[in-house]
Parts: sequence; structure tokens; C-alpha cells
Amino acid sequence: MAELLVWPTVIAYGEAALVYAGELRGHARYGRLGIWGVRVGWLAQTGLLTAQALSAEGFPWGTWAGALNLLSWLVVSGYLVWGCRPRYRLVGLVLMPLAAGLVVLAWAGGGTALDANGDGVALATHAGLMLAGLASFTLAAAVAALYVFEERRLKRRDTRVLRLRLPSLEALDRLAARAVLAGLVLLSAGIVVGLVWLHVNGLDAAMTVAVLIWALYALALVVRWEAGVRGRRFARLLLAGLVLVVAVLPLTHFAA
Amino acid sequence: MRLALAGVSHHRAPLELRERVAVDLETAGGLARELAAAAGPAHEAVVLSTCNRTELYLAGEDGGLAEHADRALFSLAGSGAEALAPAAYRLADESAALHLFRVAAGLDSMVPGEGEILGQVRDAFEAGSPGPLLGRTFRMALRAGRRARVETAIGESPSSVPAAAAALSEQVFEGLAGRSVVLVGAGRTSELTARNLRSRGARIAVVANRTLERAEQLAASFGARAITIDELAGALGEADVVVSSTSAPGIVLTPEALSPALRARRGRPVLIVDLAVPRDVDPALASIDGCFVYDVDALEGVVAATLEGRRSEAVQAERIVNEEAERFRAWRASLAVVPAIASLRAKAEEIRSAELARMENRLPEAERDVVDTVTAQIVNKLLHLPTVRMKEAAVTADGLLYADVVRHLFGLGEEEEA
Repeated sequence: MAELLVWPTVIAYGEAALVYAGELRGHARYGRLGIWGVRVGWLAQTGLLTAQALSAEGFPWGTWAGALNLLSWLVVSGYLVWGCRPRYRLVGLVLMPLAAGLVVLAWAGGGTALDANGDGVALATHAGLMLAGLASFTLAAAVAALYVFEERRLKRRDTRVLRLRLPSLEALDRLAARAVLAGLVLLSAGIVVGLVWLHVNGLDAAMTVAVLIWALYALALVVRWEAGVRGRRFARLLLAGLVLVVAVLPLTHFAA
Repeated sequence: MRLALAGVSHHRAPLELRERVAVDLETAGGLARELAAAAGPAHEAVVLSTCNRTELYLAGEDGGLAEHADRALFSLAGSGAEALAPAAYRLADESAALHLFRVAAGLDSMVPGEGEILGQVRDAFEAGSPGPLLGRTFRMALRAGRRARVETAIGESPSSVPAAAAALSEQVFEGLAGRSVVLVGAGRTSELTARNLRSRGARIAVVANRTLERAEQLAASFGARAITIDELAGALGEADVVVSSTSAPGIVLTPEALSPALRARRGRPVLIVDLAVPRDVDPALASIDGCFVYDVDALEGVVAATLEGRRSEAVQAERIVNEEAERFRAWRASLAVVPAIASLRAKAEEIRSAELARMENRLPEAERDVVDTVTAQIVNKLLHLPTVRMKEAAVTADGLLYADVVRHLFGLGEEEEA
């Protein structure tokens, strides 16, 4: 029965995405409906994950589909930290369709099923930390997308720029950098746990990609601090980084 | 008790008329107290006087209250008060309250939702001489005004070019506290924009002008540094916001002049507000990364769009005002049954006290308090539902009928008549 929670989750996330699209077109009054959609969806997904955790022996999200299920929940959880503030709500315009899509993919791949068996605590910790890191990078990319959108409106001198109030460029830039930093810390911890507890012998493709992703985001922060790569350039870097992660990571981790 | 309003506002009275009846807050307070204390129909008075309106709110007995308010308003104009007559308006009771609610919500203002009026209504209320009716009316008006601003976006957007420039700065920077502003040109427009930025926490760092003397005058009022236009390039490095409004015939700020400053900012953005016609700022600057340029046309476009937004928010604010007006009407109607409720409760208490007095000598000392408490509770419980029902009925057409029925059933007021 708990598997049926997939659909309220997808519907609620979808509703939020539609409402946010409406808000972008000037129907700001409905923005609150969007955040309620996110909350309802998040609660439904939390219920689903709890049921999976209770029914599984070990870590139930070790497969690619299970990982997507957990990743979407982590992304939405992170979004809820800021998304409840009216000005940050529109970050959800990027995240909610993504979250809904990930849940559907997870369902199609059997990642929302109960009684899924998985490995032990070490893998759970490793995968959990890695996914939390990736969720942070996804959040950073969503904030960066909002930055690019707001910057474009200001550059084009859009007359509606004060009617649809978004966070300031500086606030978005800083938030994206903080999300990257948080992601790096989580990813570092995940890599260390993987190396120490999982007794990995040699550097396989999955590990190489994880380390490269880590290096890419670390480089983004370094050039930000050292060379003043901020604003639009930093935002584009984060968007490109996420595209790269989305393209490469599934191939190396789940292709088999 | 009735409520009467007499006033003039920007809708029908030009400035020449409005300034004849305008008074400062102290005078308005004094006048309100005078009106409430003098012999006549008014027992309560509040005078609201702003640059857009002067309104006298009186509450008191029915006999000639509206005329009294009229006379008081015309006396403010002094000689030639007859010119005021076509522009003046008079409202009574619920209409007067609804008008006040709309005023407090900024719906009757020149710019819908303007921020100052709510404070002005509060000041007038505090300075005046309100009693139970005006006190309640003004408190509800202030509530309507607050709700309109909190629950809608009517007051959020700027309504002038300087305010729009300041609001745009807040879209670029995370708060303006401590941000450096460089003024290029020391004219009135620059000054207004600078004041707006400073009110949001920005620091006016430099004033650059063709003549140093004028720059020094303006810089002194902001505690800023004065320089000539020729020294401008060196000062731009510290600028988060540049406000330019010179009367120069050509471009003052070029990409070449600004490039070193932008490099020194290491990716931090800069907002350039060009208020001059002809323009001071080369439009090519807008294509530089991190550089945002707004000229007069762009700012006026933003203001027009936000005013349009205010008007659409005003529909929501009207709904809030109508809700509050309905609450006011219900409260006023409930007053009609209050005497009947009070009489009923007094009668019940009278019977209870008489019976207790009769039993006093028959009850032991220790039990008297218990009996007193129990009988009081019985009376309260018995009368609770009729009281609630009468108040509910009061807001309908049956309210007075209920009151009459209660008076008749319990013989209220018959002893006095006998």
C-alpha cells in the first residue's frame, strides 16, 4: 500500500511546478499553493521512504532507481529550508519538475518498491553522503539558474523586475556558493567513508568520476575566491557542472 | 450614538483649497479636543489632516451632528469658506467608517497603497479626542490598513523614480546597509535619489560635480567627500551604486573610465542610475558583466509597471476593507441589543441578590460563599445562550425585535415605567 505514496508525491510536486510557472507569469498570489504542494509531496515521499526503510533489510536505495528516489527527497528537503521564503520560492520552478521526474524514474526502475534489499551500514553511509552532496550541487544549480534569470531581467531592464520580487543577485550568488561548499563537505565525507570502510582496491571508474566531480566544484570555489569569478560566470559554471554530473555519473555508477 | 464625517480631499479639492484647511498634528489634536469638549452634539472628535486631505470625524448625539461637523470644517477655511462647499463631502455612520478604512488602507490616496497614510491616521487618532465609538472605528481602520499592507503587495513597490532606483539597488545587493554611493552631479534629482538610498542604509561616499562648491554643499549634508568631475574615475572603484544626473551635453561615464574600477571590484556588481537627459552614461556599459545601467526611461517603465501592480493589488485590499467594514457594521448592530442584555443581567442579579439576602440568616456562615458562587454560576449559564443569540440576531433585521421580546418576557423596564 505504501508504494501508492509515489503518486501523491508526483502530483504534489507537479502541482507546485505548475503554480510556480504561473507565479512567473504574474500570478504571485498562488505562490503559497506551490509551497504547500511541495510540503504535501515531501510528506508523502517521507512516508514512502520510511516504509521502504522499515521493510528492507539493509540499505534500500542502493540501486540507481532507489538512489534517484532518495536524491529527489534530499533535494526537496534542502529546498524547503529556503523555499518557504516568498522570494526564494521560484527556485522550485527548477527543482520541482526535476524532483517529480526523478520520482517517476525511480518508480519505473523499481526504486520505490518495498522489501528492497541492500547492503550494510558502511554502504548506506557512503551512498547517503554522496547523494546529499549531489543534492547540494543540484540546489546550487537551481539557485544559479534563478541568478541567471534575475540577472537577465535586470540587464534587459524588464519593467516587471520589481513586481515579481526575487532575491537580490548578491544573495543568490552567495547562497549558490554556500550550497556548493556544503556539497563539497558532504562529498568529501562520502569519499572518505567509501575509501576507509568499503575497502576499495584501486581506482575504478565510479571513484574516478566522484573525485573529478569533487575537484570540479572545488575548482569553482577556488576561482571564485581567488580570481573573482562570481555572478553570471560562477552561475554558469555551476549549471555546466550539474549537466556534467547528470551526464557522467549514471554511466559510471549504474551502467552495469 | 452617530458618526459623522466632513472633509475635503485631493479628489475634488485642488491644492489651493486643501492648504486653506490643512493643519499640523498639534493643531488637529487641539481642535479635536475643543470640538469634543464644547457644548453641542459631538462627544468625540478626531481631525485627520495630511497634504491630500483634511477630515473631521465626530461622534455624538443625532441632533445636528453632521451640520456641526460641516461648520467646524468651514470655520477652518476662514473667510471665503464658501469656495470649499462644492469640494467638501459629508458621510455618516457605516459610510464614514468605510471611508476611513479605505483611507487607512491607502485606497483613497493619490498613489494607491502609499505608506505614510497609516501612520498619519494613527497620529491623528492618538492626538484627537476619541471615545467608545471613534476609538473602536479608528482601531478597526488601523487594523484594516495593516491587513491591507501585510496580506497584499499594495505597498511594496516604489511609486517614484528615486524610490525605484533604490528598490533596484536592493535587487542587485543584499541590503544597502553600508553600500557606497557615488553621486555624479549635485542637482535636485541626485539629492532625492541619494536620500532614498540613504534611508535604506546606503552611505553616500562621494559627490562629484563640475563646480566643487556645489558638490561641497551637497556632500556636507550627507557627510560625503566632494570632488570635481575630473577626479571621478579614481572614486568609482569604491562605488556600489553610481547616481548620475548632470546637465552635461555629452557622455560623462564611459566604459574606458569605468573599466579599471570594475576590474578592482573583482566580480562584485555595480548599479549605475542615469537620471540625466541627455544621458550621462554610455549605454555600452550595460553590456559589461556585472554592470547594470538604468536610465530615466527604464526607471519610469519600472514605476509604471509597479503602479499597475498596485492597482491590481488594490482589488484585494478592497476585499479586506469590506471585511473590516462588515465587522464594524456587526459591532454597531450589536450595540442596539446591549441595553436589553444589560437590563436582563441586572434583573437576574437583582433577583439572585434578593433571594440570597432572604436566606442569609438561615445559612451557616461557611456555606454562604458556596451558595453565592453556585447561584452566580447558575445565572451566568442560564443567561449565556440568550446573550449570544441576541448578539447574533443583532446583525440581522430581527435584532431589535429580539430585544423587545426579551424586555416583554422578563418585564424589563416595567418597574421604572410603573
